Amino acid sequence: MAAAPKTLYDKIWDAHVVHQAEDGTCLLYIDRHLVHEVTSPQAFEGLRLSGRKVRAPEKTIAVPDHNVPTTPGRETHIDNEESRIQVEALDRNARDFGIHYYPVSDIRQGIVHIVGPEQGWTLPGMTVVCGDSHTATHGAFGALAHGIGTSEVEHVLATQTLIQKKSKNMKVEITGSLKPGVTAKDITLSVIGATGTAGGNGHVIEYCGQAIRELSMEGRMTVCNMAIEGGARAGLIAPDETTFAYIMGRPHAPKGALWEAAMAWWRTLYSDEGAHFDKVVTLRGEDIAPVVTWGTSPEDVLPITGVVPDPESFTGGKVEAARRSLDYMGLKPGMRLQDIEIDTVFIGSCTNGRIEDLRAAAAVLKGRRKKEGLRAMVVPGSGLVRKQAEDEGLAQIFIDAGFEWRLAGCSMCLAMNPDQLSPGERCAATSNRNFEGRQGRGGRTHLMSPAMAAAAAVTGRLTDIRTFA
Amino acid sequence: MTPFTTLTGIAAPMPLVNIDTDMIIPKQFLKTIKRSGLGRNLFDEMRYTPDGAEIPDFVLNQPAWRKAEILVAGDNFGCGSSREHAPWALLDFGIRCVISTSFADIFYNNCFKNGILPVVLPQDAVDVLMDDARKGANARITVDLGAQTVTSSDGRTFHFDVDPFKKHCLMNGLDDIALTLEKAAAIDSFEKKAAAARPWV
Ligand code: SF4
Repeated sequence: MAAAPKTLYDKIWDAHVVHQAEDGTCLLYIDRHLVHEVTSPQAFEGLRLSGRKVRAPEKTIAVPDHNVPTTPGRETHIDNEESRIQVEALDRNARDFGIHYYPVSDIRQGIVHIVGPEQGWTLPGMTVVCGDSHTATHGAFGALAHGIGTSEVEHVLATQTLIQKKSKNMKVEITGSLKPGVTAKDITLSVIGATGTAGGNGHVIEYCGQAIRELSMEGRMTVCNMAIEGGARAGLIAPDETTFAYIMGRPHAPKGALWEAAMAWWRTLYSDEGAHFDKVVTLRGEDIAPVVTWGTSPEDVLPITGVVPDPESFTGGKVEAARRSLDYMGLKPGMRLQDIEIDTVFIGSCTNGRIEDLRAAAAVLKGRRKKEGLRAMVVPGSGLVRKQAEDEGLAQIFIDAGFEWRLAGCSMCLAMNPDQLSPGERCAATSNRNFEGRQGRGGRTHLMSPAMAAAAAVTGRLTDIRTFA
Repeated sequence: MTPFTTLTGIAAPMPLVNIDTDMIIPKQFLKTIKRSGLGRNLFDEMRYTPDGAEIPDFVLNQPAWRKAEILVAGDNFGCGSSREHAPWALLDFGIRCVISTSFADIFYNNCFKNGILPVVLPQDAVDVLMDDARKGANARITVDLGAQTVTSSDGRTFHFDVDPFKKHCLMNGLDDIALTLEKAAAIDSFEKKAAAARPWV
């Protein structure tokens, strides 16, 4: 009898089960463990207190990103005392436990989810974890990648495994091709708009379909990055030639005979014909419009041509939540989204801080200037992205357009460093969360693609990139 | 970890849906390198004005719920960032149990690692308990992990499901790492096998 057809998730899962208990609880082996300064200090402290070591330091990679300043001078001095202590703690922990480390003084430093793929640490078929929910990003390579809590960080450090129960399989298919002006960000936001932020709870999503296949690796990372906003444990995309071309030659990617051996396995990483999915969602690529968020949940998504919805048009608990959102966002039902004026633009984050994102934004800004009085910043996702953007002349375009050109880090995505919104400020952001206070207490966030954010910087309001001339 | 067996206590009603971990503990409190002391800042931006005064309307600032040990919350509680600071803050405040129709995965797991029981119940049961919670200190809710039941103040009992392994660990306050290290031999042999099958990893 032929083996039962498996999904991509099933295949990766099965290849990593160390032990399975009768009730289905598994010990899953972890191939790559990424670490940053905010969710790890308590875990390393736990190791010290119990006299444990890091089991596989060669599979553990650390980089400070969340609360590092993005202005010059940070190698020698961080003003905020608590941030400095956290970064210093990571410096010390990386050294004491002998793990790979990219300090702020290293050009390879950046947002952990950008550094991992860039350095070739993330490869197809791997299990990848990090004490950070946007670990889902790495799923773009066909790696099973998800966020974990600090207790689990300690567990992985000590044992290189995670106690897990298998999630369900969900398929999100995007058929056909995207229309001009529509990007990976619009796909991922539109999916969340369709399924809700709890739509993927308990599932691992595999994104597939022609529109996904046609995306670059950068775009695929944008899509998988926000699987978590859709509630899923992880997002996955089957590896293909685009994936292999991206990986080849990266510092920690296999070379020579190992590359050939890896390719032989990687080519088997797809969902078999007839494999079972517990949930299937299909969107037509042609139907996806450039979208923005209007509220304080990533599911509050509408095409840019829409109007602010009436809370009464929702049902259940969402009515109250939408009312609260509009109150917080300072918006009235019926307002045209394109009439919403903004005063801040943030281009960056692990969702949209890669070179292709900067190219898309720079293409819009070339020969233009941001609206007077508006604050705009670009924060490249890594030092290498920053360097490449400088070499390609993108940095100059941003600077000429009146943008601040920052050093790499998470920055205003979560505003743990000094880059924050003030109460009532309204931001066009390429990041992934529009929660209350996410970008600074009282700050208002509209999520969108890099091109849309760049256009908003020029006009000073939310703007349809398709009609922006 | 403190074991969780049974708990009878005051429940605070928080009917809002999609309460995310940024609301539970805003990022400015993630700069600590400790696990303790976060209770003061639980729900900080809903609980205090920017100058630090209590917002009287917020449920945990009202006399009836200041000593709440249970939260009854709207759908999709704990969504957003993976920060374990969220359960640490709940625990430090004194919350040992959260009841909702659904939880975000990472938050749900994090609770069990910290001695907090997240209980998933259907909407009608949560509605009953939410009404009960609104009565404040006059209505104590009982949670029994062994029996997997929640009982309202007027004696209506609801059964909930929980993963047997998670239940076992929580009831006995077991440390996951010690349990896993008992399987060190299995990890060793997996590593050998994997190194042969996927030498590039
Ligand atoms: S860029 Fe934002 S979402 Fe990404 S890891 Fe940093 S804080 Fe998290």
